[in-house]
Formats: sequence, structure tokens, C-alpha cells
Amino acid sequence: MIKAQAISKRIGKKAIIREMDLEIGGGEFLAILGPNGAGKSTLLKILSLLMRPSEGRLEINGLDAVKEAEQVRPLLGVISHQTYLYDALTASENLEFYGRMYGVAGLTERVREVIKEVGLEFSLHDQVGTFSRGMQQRLAIARAILHRPRILLLDEPQTGLDQQALDILYQVIGRLKAEGSTVVMVTHILDYGLEACDRLLVLVQGKPVFLGNKPETLAGVRETYSLAVSGVRA
Amino acid sequence: MNKALENAWAGLTFIVMLAATYLVFMWVPNEKVMGVVQKIFYFHVSSAWIGFFAFFVVFIAGIMYLKTRDSKWDWVGSASAEIGVVFTTIVLLTGPIWGRSAWGAWWTWDPRLTTTLVLWFVYVACLLVRSALDQEEKRARFSAILGIVGFLDVPLVWFSIRWWRWTIHPNIIESGGKLAISSKMQVTLMVSLLAFTCLYFYLLPKVVRLAKHQSMLREMKEAIRGRLTA
Amino acid sequence: MKYWSQVRAIVRKDLQAEFRTKELLSSMLLFAFLAVVIMSFAFDPTREVVKQVFPGMIWVVFAFAGVLGLNRSFLTEKHNDCIAGLTLAANDGSAILVGKVASNLIFMLVVELVSLPIFFVLFDFRSKGSLGLLLLVVLLGTVGFVAMGTFLAALAVHAKHSEVLLPIILFPLLVPLLIAAVQATGAILAGQGFGEWSLWLKIIAGFDLMYLVVPTLLFEYLLEV
Repeated sequence: MIKAQAISKRIGKKAIIREMDLEIGGGEFLAILGPNGAGKSTLLKILSLLMRPSEGRLEINGLDAVKEAEQVRPLLGVISHQTYLYDALTASENLEFYGRMYGVAGLTERVREVIKEVGLEFSLHDQVGTFSRGMQQRLAIARAILHRPRILLLDEPQTGLDQQALDILYQVIGRLKAEGSTVVMVTHILDYGLEACDRLLVLVQGKPVFLGNKPETLAGVRETYSLAVSGVRA
Repeated sequence: MNKALENAWAGLTFIVMLAATYLVFMWVPNEKVMGVVQKIFYFHVSSAWIGFFAFFVVFIAGIMYLKTRDSKWDWVGSASAEIGVVFTTIVLLTGPIWGRSAWGAWWTWDPRLTTTLVLWFVYVACLLVRSALDQEEKRARFSAILGIVGFLDVPLVWFSIRWWRWTIHPNIIESGGKLAISSKMQVTLMVSLLAFTCLYFYLLPKVVRLAKHQSMLREMKEAIRGRLTA
Repeated sequence: MKYWSQVRAIVRKDLQAEFRTKELLSSMLLFAFLAVVIMSFAFDPTREVVKQVFPGMIWVVFAFAGVLGLNRSFLTEKHNDCIAGLTLAANDGSAILVGKVASNLIFMLVVELVSLPIFFVLFDFRSKGSLGLLLLVVLLGTVGFVAMGTFLAALAVHAKHSEVLLPIILFPLLVPLLIAAVQATGAILAGQGFGEWSLWLKIIAGFDLMYLVVPTLLFEYLLEV
């Protein structure tokens, strides 16, 4: 569960996020939409503790995200358009490294488990530098779920994914959701991936302009989105 | 600072500067051994004082920036670093001229002179780092970090050079260390120090404002670009 | 403790990567070797005077070979934004710094242990002091160098032309350490007594402490995205 109270992020004099309140329940899938420069990525960076909010309070599973960061970090899994993987290491070495960083128990077993889930079990001992972009992204998914995070944060994960990797991503999201994990996804693509989400948050200029249940159809999502965005502009 | 105060300060700086120049060139007697060259001493010492003081301001501004994340402190820090580099450059140029007539050599590895040289390198490097970083927030943060690290390094530089030179050529320090100064010379030196301090506080807000306007201009450009693409 | 297991994981990862690519060590070693050879052309090894600047030459070569390695150490972390991955996983950001310092220290010590004999052979230098003491000075001097160097490498990697920038910001700050290291090395190689080198060793140790503590305290500010 994520609870943000009046969080703001200023860089210099510019406000990227303005006094935002947000509550995301356990097991919920929230999609964050918005035009370029709306502060979507910044919000996700704050939620993943990469960035500290300038003001406000962030609570994750009842823990203070700033003061109790040590306990919060292992709860989070992050998939971004960057893979966070080392080209010189093999797939298994990369996963083992992150496993040691998170102190995952039964590491060898767990690595096999997640590598199977993303369908890379035959490339376990190949150097990541030799992987195709799609394969690297699949390994990045494995990296993110390796330590069994309770909250999955996705920053435009579709960028550069091929169809196979996309299918795997949605499969993983679906499984985590079914197990009661929270999923937050930032995206600017009003297309795939949105079918599965429960709620929509539309962000414009660092402020939420729409927060509510997802319309049934994709056309409905598009309409909600353009209404919300044009409402601010007008 | 408002306009009237700034003008008053400019006038004051001008008067004190003029007084210092008069004292140095007309009033104070020439030093017996070195003659007229010794007069460079007043500008040399004053520049050195401002150089060190400016870097101290960079240090404080760095700490304040990391604490408050207010761009104002970044502007103060960068402005002070620039002014400090200018004045340490003056020190490094006047030092050899003075040293030539005082010690008979253009350059000596005297701790003061050498520390100033190392400082000059440190802060020129800081300015280089600034120009090599594009993102404003990152540039401010990294400059603050470098300003803090650089200033904390100063005592280490000073003592290491002192110990190094003590063990090998202890007598050089002696010759530069103690200066018999007459009371007229003391007065002149004090007025010169005051004049340079006034000059520093006259320059600082101007350079800060320049940095502020640069940043405002960037923001405006960004806003216009945003409007055009939307 | 979790802190140290994370430090160990980072060191292990760096060693694994280096073992696979051998990029860092090979370029550092070759550079050091080449620098010694060029030094022996530039300063005639048969002249007695050259023996006096021998300690200085050693540290100049170490410093430049070291910068070569330091530059690379954060380029691999920047690629694919691995530094963000590290930040996500590390409980305390300083564990990242300590881990990187430790692996850079290992790489530099390897380079130094290989190039020291080459120095002695090509310059036909005979030390009058003990080898153990020499290695102690090298170790202590390298700790400070690597601590400050790794910190500034993490900073410089975000700038344009970081390869040129790192030595320019690093060397002025390291002047005190280099002076002390050269003095201590000189005193030990000349076989001087305890009083001559012990003070310098203490000074180096003090500098090491400064160069370790200040970056550790400031590293969190450097890591922010």
C-alpha cells in the first residue's frame, strides 16, 4: 500500500510535482498517464525512493519512505526503460549480483525460477552484452522480481519491447497482481497494457487532473484522457 | 539588494579604493631594501585575502545549497568561485614580482604561494566542472559538493607543503615569514584590505545577478519551447 | 551485516566483470609499463641524480595509471543506468562508494605490484630500506588516492568529457597525499631511520582518513537522480 500526503518536488524554482495526495491500495494496478513533462517519471522516481520529495510524506506499507528507507527498499521492484544490467556479466551473474544485494535466500534456486519465467533458461550463462534488446528487457523483468517485491513500479516499460517481451511482462504483472502485489505503471502509450489496470491517474503539470476507475473500453480511456488534458489547457 | 543601496556601496568602494591607492603610492614610505617594488605587497596581500575569503564563501554556499536546495546559494557559490579565481590569479601574478626582489627568485615553494597555486587549480577545475554539466540541478549539487571538498582540502595542502619544506629548506620560510612592518605600512595595508573587501562585496551581487538572469533566461526559453510544441 | 554483504557483492561483481573483459587491468598495466620505459628514456637511469627523483617517478606513474582505471570504473555503472539499480538495492548509498573503492583498490594494487619490479629493474635501483615498509607506504598512499579518486570519478562521469575532467579535479586535491607519499617512499628507499619516515606515514594515514570520511558523508548527495 502506498500513501502519499501532499508531496511536492521542486527542482530549482520549478515545481515538478505539486502537493499531490495519492493512495494506492494493496493489490491494485494503477496506470499513470500524462503528456510529456507532466512529472510522471519524477513521481515514479519518488515512489521508488530514487528521489526524495521536497515536501510531504510518503508511506509505503505503513513505513516512512524517507526515515525507514532500509525496510522499504526490498519491498520495491522497478522496471524502467533502462535495464540496470552489466554487459560484461552473464545473465546468471547479473541476477546473482542483485540477489546478493537484496540478500535473497536460496539464490541459485530463485535465479532459475525467475529466468524460467522470462524464458531465458537457455541463455543463463551467456554474456548480457551479446543479448538482443528484447532479451535484455526480459532479463530486466527477472531482475526486478527476483527479490519478490510487494510493489512493482514500471516506468514506460513498453519502450523498446518486442511482442514476446511484452507478453512476458503482462504475464508477470498478472501473476504478481493475483498474488496481491501492487502495480504502478507510468506510460504514454494509450494502448496495450491498459486493459489490465484498475484505476487511471492522469497527470498534467505535476497535478492529478483525473483519478478514477478505468473506463471499460480503450476508446473510453482515450476519451477520458483527452478530456482531462484539454480541461486543464482550456 | 536594492538599487540605491547598491549605488551607495559602489560610491563607498570607489572612495576607499582611491584612498588605498593614495596611501600606497603617495603616503607610505618606500621600503629600505626593496624600494618601490615593495608597494605591490599591499595589492598582493589584499588579493590573497579576498581569494581565500571567496573560497570560504563557496564552502558555506555549498553547505547551504545541499541543505536548502535553493538555487540562490548555487548562484552565490558560483559567483564567489569566479571572483576567487580572478583574485588568486592576481596573487599568482604579483607573487613572483614581489618574490624576485624579496628573495631573489621568481618562484619559491613557500607554503603560502604554493597553497594559493593549488587552490587556483582546485577552483578553476570547479568552474570547468560547472561548464561540463548541462542539467541545472545536477550542476548546482555537484558544484556544492566540490566546493565543500575543495575547501576542506586547503588545510591539508597548507600543512603538507609546510612539513615538506621544513624538512628540506627550513630557511626559506623564515625569510618570507617574518616581515618587519612600520606603523605607516600597517595602516596602508589595513586600508588596502578594506578596499578589496568592499570591492568583493560590490562584485558579488553583480555576478550573482548575472547567474540568476542566465537561469531565468533558460527557464523562459524552456517555457516558450513548451508552448510552441504543445 | 547487510552493509558489508552489499559491499562484498559489489566487489565480487567488479572482479567478475574484470576477469571476463580484462579491460581495466590490461590498459592500466600496459600504461604503467610504457610510462616506466618512457621515464627511463627521459631520465638517464645511469646518472646518480636520477636516483633521487626515483620515488617521485613511481608515484607519478601510479597516479596516472590509477586515473585511467578510475575513469572506467563508473562508466560501466553509467551504462544501462546500473547506478540506479545499485541505488535501488543499497540500504545505504555509501555502501556503493565503499564497494567501488575496494574494487578499485584491488585493481590498483595489482598494477602497482607488477610495475614496481619493472621500475627497480629498468632503473637498476637498489633499495636500502625494507621491502615490507615500501609496500606499506604504497598501500597507505593508494588507499587515499583511490578513496578520493572513486568519489570524484562518480561525480565526473555525469559531465561531458569526463575522462579529461577527472585528473584535472583529482590531482590538485591530492597534492598533500602525493607530497607525503613521495617523501615517505624516498625516506624508506634511502634506508633512513624510523624518525624520518614514521611521521610521513602518520600523515598519510591521517589524509587517508579524511579522504575516506568526507566522500562517504557526501556520497548520498551525489547519488540523487
